Amino acid sequence: MRLPHPRGLLSATVVALLEDPHRDSPEPGWSLGDDDVLGSEDLQLALWILYELHYRGFDGVEDHEWDPRLIAARRELEERFEAELRRCTRHHVDAALAASDDLVDQIVHVIDDVDGPSVARHLQREATREEVLDFLRQRSLYHLKESDPHAFVVPRLDGRAKVALAELQYDEYGAGRPDRLHAQLFADALASCGLDTAYGAYVDDVPGHTLAVNNVMSLLGLQRRLRGAALGHLAAFEATSSVPCRRIAAGIERVGLPDVAAAYFHEHVEADAAHEQVAMRDICGSLVADHPELREDVLFGVAACLHLDVLAAEGLLGTWDAARDTSATRVA
Amino acid sequence: MRAAPDAEHDERWRVLSRTGEDVTLEPCGDGPVLARHADVVVTADGVEHPVTRPVVALCTCDKSQRRPWCDSTHKSVRRPA
Repeated sequence: MRLPHPRGLLSATVVALLEDPHRDSPEPGWSLGDDDVLGSEDLQLALWILYELHYRGFDGVEDHEWDPRLIAARRELEERFEAELRRCTRHHVDAALAASDDLVDQIVHVIDDVDGPSVARHLQREATREEVLDFLRQRSLYHLKESDPHAFVVPRLDGRAKVALAELQYDEYGAGRPDRLHAQLFADALASCGLDTAYGAYVDDVPGHTLAVNNVMSLLGLQRRLRGAALGHLAAFEATSSVPCRRIAAGIERVGLPDVAAAYFHEHVEADAAHEQVAMRDICGSLVADHPELREDVLFGVAACLHLDVLAAEGLLGTWDAARDTSATRVA
Repeated sequence: MRAAPDAEHDERWRVLSRTGEDVTLEPCGDGPVLARHADVVVTADGVEHPVTRPVVALCTCDKSQRRPWCDSTHKSVRRPA
């Protein structure tokens, strides 16, 4: 993957550091920039690039994964990110803790409590073919490394939670069949629609909130301290996937895109109906049974996932609405 | 083939293992039943549904469009928003 195009001071500085490791000009204050931490294209892109060093990395950029200057930058940016996420989700966590003592009930309470528009419903009923393609481009940022962020959590666990996470990931990673690797199924879906299957190909087209949707998984997955939240995030992700995937598959079929593209989402209707239960009960349930002090963090992870999903959904639907208004004006 | 101990008594399906491993069933509240170590699910009409995942969710609300598999329809059936 090529390095993305910078979108401001922070991301430009990160790109410059990666392009010239011997650069000795002073770095900016990492606290600079937009106050809207969750929606800041610049800050979220800077973080996304820093996190990507721990996944596939960038063409021509070698050996920077543990560069102390880059790690220091990441720490400062992710402290702002985590603080803002905790501030925005506190009330959902408190409400769930007050509503029940049972972890599964608490997770479901947060899911019911976080309210927002449904991209899946829009895709099912009224999206244009171009909007469906746009959705696939946006989603490619995650689905081409599907399940990888949560894989970082495996060595931080023991016992039943570890067994259950490995079981879920074995399914995500194709259950022994390379052609069933979920990231491969998504690449097949992209290819069938004539879209670019290269890892990270569409990063320059992805808005700040969607970068944040991706970044939160790395934020939580890469720190042992946040393992509870990482698994809560996984539970929320899986528990809000099965029904939307059915709608998305219907939308893909409605606009006449190939069956291969719908197949990815059909696969996830059944897979995630099972994964949802595994994640809530066997992964999060076992973790909290063994480590009761992680209960709140699990719920924080649930709420953080859903809060960012809502912001990204509002942004995406708003962009499509605006484009539709513009084209309507042009026609008139 | 070996069946899960209580699966044989479910009128909707029987969960079987060809390898002789013990099938385990985990009920999930008002949701599905999770089945592990299964190779095939035989529905009441005698149709055999091969299991291709390490863990599968079986529909218990009878409203799934993909029976015997759960498709999360129980959420709208049992917990209207």
